[in-house]
Amino acid sequence: MKILKLSLIFLLIFSFNNLKANNEGINSKITKNLRCLICQGQSVYDSDSEFAISIKALVDKKLEEGFSENQIYDFFKEKYGDWILYDPELNKNTYILWLLPIFIFLIGGAIIAKTFIIKKK
Amino acid sequence: MKNKLLPLSITFIFIIIFIFFYKGLQNSNIYTPETKINIKVPSFDAELFYEKKLINSLDLFQVDKYYLLNIWSSWCVPCRQEHPLLMNLSKNKNIELVGINYKDTKINAKNFLTELGNPYKEIIFDDKGIIAIEWGAYGVPESYLIKDGMIIKKYIGPLNRKLFNEINFLAK
Repeated sequence: MKILKLSLIFLLIFSFNNLKANNEGINSKITKNLRCLICQGQSVYDSDSEFAISIKALVDKKLEEGFSENQIYDFFKEKYGDWILYDPELNKNTYILWLLPIFIFLIGGAIIAKTFIIKKK
Repeated sequence: MKNKLLPLSITFIFIIIFIFFYKGLQNSNIYTPETKINIKVPSFDAELFYEKKLINSLDLFQVDKYYLLNIWSSWCVPCRQEHPLLMNLSKNKNIELVGINYKDTKINAKNFLTELGNPYKEIIFDDKGIIAIEWGAYGVPESYLIKDGMIIKKYIGPLNRKLFNEINFLAK
């Protein structure tokens, strides 16, 4: 019985630690993808400005409230616009950014195919 | 004909890409935050400065009235500069001032208000700076003109005489 109780206590302690570690992991992942809007070229994670410190605290609060990563990004997008995200989503302002590399890659592929494969035949 | 078509189309595509990027070079890469916005007042619970009670942000703002929400702090020098204008604005009966005390201590904030006067009808205490982020603020001072539960104008930085006149004109 004692062993069972002890193992239960251990399990609880470790699961709490794990939960906290997970939250910290998500927190740093989110803050690394948020731009510090009042700093030059720094993410919220890297910055120690008052703005970045407040955002870090708010991300912590939102995670505790059960917000998902995407919900937190949506929240900040609503407040500060798309610019706050380092990893912009596909929308009417960013479609060229996302599709141009694929387009160029396809053209390159077509040229290679034409030069090497079709000529060989 | 077929052999010519490929180099021609590639050249054409690269010319388009060149024009596109060349035009992009002329765009300003300095980020300027939006100052005119028409969004709803954010809803959150906050602690009042003088009474230790929680209040929902939506209860602070009534319909059919102008409000100026001002984010300030006792350690912020530009807040000190704009304070006489806020004192002047508080005399306008059409507008009510609500303050957010940003990352401050209550003692310093009270000293600040005793020295320069208290233009605010209500003050929210924001020691962690989280509430300012809920409003989409960048720092202190910052002011928001509110009417019918909507933020109709945002002023980043200290108010000056020109903005003071503009607020008085809008809140006629």
